[in-house]
Amino acid sequence: MINTGDTAWILISTALVILMTPALGFFYGGLVRRKNILSTIMLSVAILALISVEWVLYGYSIAFGPDKGGIIGGLEWIGLTGVGQAPFAGYAANIPHLAFMVFQLAFAVITPALITGAFVERIKFSGFLVFVLCWATFVYGPVAHWVWGIGGWLRALGALDFAGGTVVHITAGISALALAMIIGKRKGYGKTPMEPSNIPFTVLGAFLLWFGWFGFNGGSALSSGGLAASAFVVTNTAAAAAALSWMVISWIHKRPSVLGLATGAVVGLVAITPASGFVSPLSALAIGALASVFSYYMIIFRTKTGLDESLDVFACHGIGGIWGALATGLFAEKAINSAGANGLFFGNPAQFGIQAFTVMVVVSFSFIMTFVMGKIIDAVFSLRVSENEEDVGLDISQHGETAY
Amino acid sequence: MDMKKIEAIIRIEKLDEVRIALEKEGFVGMTVTEVKGRGSQKGITLEWRAGEYRVEFLPKLKLELVVDEFDVESAIKVLTEAARTGKPGDGKIFIYPVDNVVRVRTGERGKKAL
Amino acid sequence: MNAGDTAWVLISFALVILMTPALGFFYAGMARKKNILSTLMLSVSILVLISVQWVLYGYSISFGPDKGGIIGGLNWLGLNGISLIHSGYAPTIPHTAFILFQMAFAVITPALIAGAFIERIKFSGFLLFSLLWATFVYDPAAHWVWGIGGWLRNMGAMDFAGGAVVHITAGVSALAVAMVIGKRKGYGKTPMEPSNIAFTVLGAFLLWFGWFGFNGGSALSAGPLAASTILATNSAGAAAGLTWMIISWVHKRPSVLGLATGAIVGLAAVTPASGFISPLSAIMIGMVAAGLSYYAIILRMKINVDESLDVFACHGVGGIWGIIATGLFAQKAINPAGANGLFFGNPGQLGIQLLTAASIGTFSFVVSFILAKIIDAVFGLRVSENEEDVGLDISQHGETAY
Repeated sequence: MINTGDTAWILISTALVILMTPALGFFYGGLVRRKNILSTIMLSVAILALISVEWVLYGYSIAFGPDKGGIIGGLEWIGLTGVGQAPFAGYAANIPHLAFMVFQLAFAVITPALITGAFVERIKFSGFLVFVLCWATFVYGPVAHWVWGIGGWLRALGALDFAGGTVVHITAGISALALAMIIGKRKGYGKTPMEPSNIPFTVLGAFLLWFGWFGFNGGSALSSGGLAASAFVVTNTAAAAAALSWMVISWIHKRPSVLGLATGAVVGLVAITPASGFVSPLSALAIGALASVFSYYMIIFRTKTGLDESLDVFACHGIGGIWGALATGLFAEKAINSAGANGLFFGNPAQFGIQAFTVMVVVSFSFIMTFVMGKIIDAVFSLRVSENEEDVGLDISQHGETAY
Repeated sequence: MDMKKIEAIIRIEKLDEVRIALEKEGFVGMTVTEVKGRGSQKGITLEWRAGEYRVEFLPKLKLELVVDEFDVESAIKVLTEAARTGKPGDGKIFIYPVDNVVRVRTGERGKKAL
Repeated sequence: MNAGDTAWVLISFALVILMTPALGFFYAGMARKKNILSTLMLSVSILVLISVQWVLYGYSISFGPDKGGIIGGLNWLGLNGISLIHSGYAPTIPHTAFILFQMAFAVITPALIAGAFIERIKFSGFLLFSLLWATFVYDPAAHWVWGIGGWLRNMGAMDFAGGAVVHITAGVSALAVAMVIGKRKGYGKTPMEPSNIAFTVLGAFLLWFGWFGFNGGSALSAGPLAASTILATNSAGAAAGLTWMIISWVHKRPSVLGLATGAIVGLAAVTPASGFISPLSAIMIGMVAAGLSYYAIILRMKINVDESLDVFACHGVGGIWGIIATGLFAQKAINPAGANGLFFGNPGQLGIQLLTAASIGTFSFVVSFILAKIIDAVFGLRVSENEEDVGLDISQHGETAY
């Protein structure tokens, strides 16, 4: 039975999550040098166009279609055959199946866009498009099926991931690390400064992301009621706690930075994502505040290793997602969401084990698959521009444009 | 009082290499300005929504430093080596005589103020 | 009255209102630096002007009780005497919600035209033109196609969210005004460099975001039709963005501005069809739209008309193609309130759609041309040469952007 209130909420949530991908483009675009702003934004918006089509043609089918052995969805729903206006009770009985499908589309779009932070300022656009299409097909599709698809083996195991801590943030964060290792450092990295060219763009992007995240987490309730309201509150709370915590850490080290506050907010939003439908607002405070600590020191550590994972997708989304998935196993309460489970702090240590196992599986799978695909694509199509193109900047060399 | 001002028009992307090379030879102080200009290659074409448009002036950097007359040749050598790609558009170097230099903080004049 | 439907139409109203300032950024990024603010101003001043016009009389003459199929009556001037619910337009939401939602459309349509005459338009003449255009072009066209008793509506014309009412009227009028006002000084001789492509991309994707309200909200309910519409909208925007990127790549390089332009063209083209078609048809519509508009821009540049931001090539061509495509791809299986198109066994619908495009296009062109000529003669539509040289930010508004 279709409920108009629930449907209205899922549709506006879809719009909000779609907005997050261009917002991410600005978040990343402001952090690169001026000669690469447009190319960085382009990585996000080209994914929006590409994966929107992929998801309709076959992406939705392999992620959410009829289960094949717990591993992958079948091809029955290719081209959205049989996916129509009537609800599909297995996923959401109260909204049109198309509404569920297009909401999931927005997630499939933003996840590969998150990875782009790893290789800005040196990626070859054609190789990038090939990589994204392969990644959506061979990493995102399967993992979404395992955790969220009916019959998926991690779902059957009882893994809790409300809005994509593992499916979105761990896959993206880990894959970013793998690709950064393949593609190598930017020319002059560590020797010449890599000045962010437009911090206001980054702040604009960060807070459009915050805005969109209400759809990301709140919409994942798939209904417009108590659970959505609860997810809404913990999302805002965790973001605020993490932003404050990051600001304080940066203040202790030297000065309270705007960029730090914005980064902290995003990290908090990442960490609360898997937990947002299962935890109380006070737990959200703890999850957010700690997320900033872990990510902050991971950035410091990453910088020391000399690895040029340029915009710290691993430190922000990988670490934030891992912490969020584990925190779900600590802080989850059946009192908040009866469809969930209790976590360790509420008397159910086994859930923590399931969460830890899920993290391990998704981390290893994402890393190995991405590393292998990255290597092959680099060998066949090449993932990196020439040195001269990198010097001139990708805006001119890849796209023939300048931002301003 | 023999000082020269070296004014070099260079590619934007060469700034860091030039700065590091100059510093190695002891030239620390310099002023950099974003400028637009054109040479024999004239402008370039950029992408419009459909087709292209022509930009008649290219963005470049103007780098200015004042040095002792005896250091002019070594500065030119550093600049030409660090800023060169071998393709049109590498830029130009102009050299001017300088009458005097005054350090604002102390009022010192001449080479002491460099 | 249904709370879910009302929530959806109200948030859709907010989404569509956001599109007008978004359009300002989309256009302003393509203007030269000396004209960024004045270009933004064209959009946002229309937002405030038409919001008032709509309450005072715009809604009444568009959607008020029909007079001969041609225009709405003055019965609802100042929104007096409107019922709590209008069962004919939207039975499950407050009448006020419908009025607001339609207001957002009346606002953005004249704002679209502004792309034709940026960098040389005189602000006072522009305000007068926009007000008269809303009164004598938009309001009648909206009545014909959407108003109860409107002659095109009675004939069975299908325009889900404004392919004819919004995009054809705006696109064709842009061409007419560009012919009246003439080229920018130095057009074709000196470069007209876009000053901030990042702003254009920001605007384009805020438009994409708002378009979910534009098309999805036009279902006037939060149910299966709205979901199907949103999917068609996203699919067409994406397919057109990709197609445009590929075309520009074949010619030379995959441009960011091209992808953003393509996305807007796809969204414009799917607008009239969005509530009647399958997602695969939406992908087709988007791909064809990108091809048509791309070469329309090339052609427009060859004939040397300075329709500066190609409102005709993007919205006019996109809207005409969308209205025709509705007559090809529409399916009663998607929306039983609609009709089948040619590909689903009903060639008659294509004829109705062609007539709709032709009549709305001709009407818009003729009335806009006459309005512009009169205003140009009486008040002046164009700034002086010196004001144009200095830039409109300083000469018209006394401000600079940055």
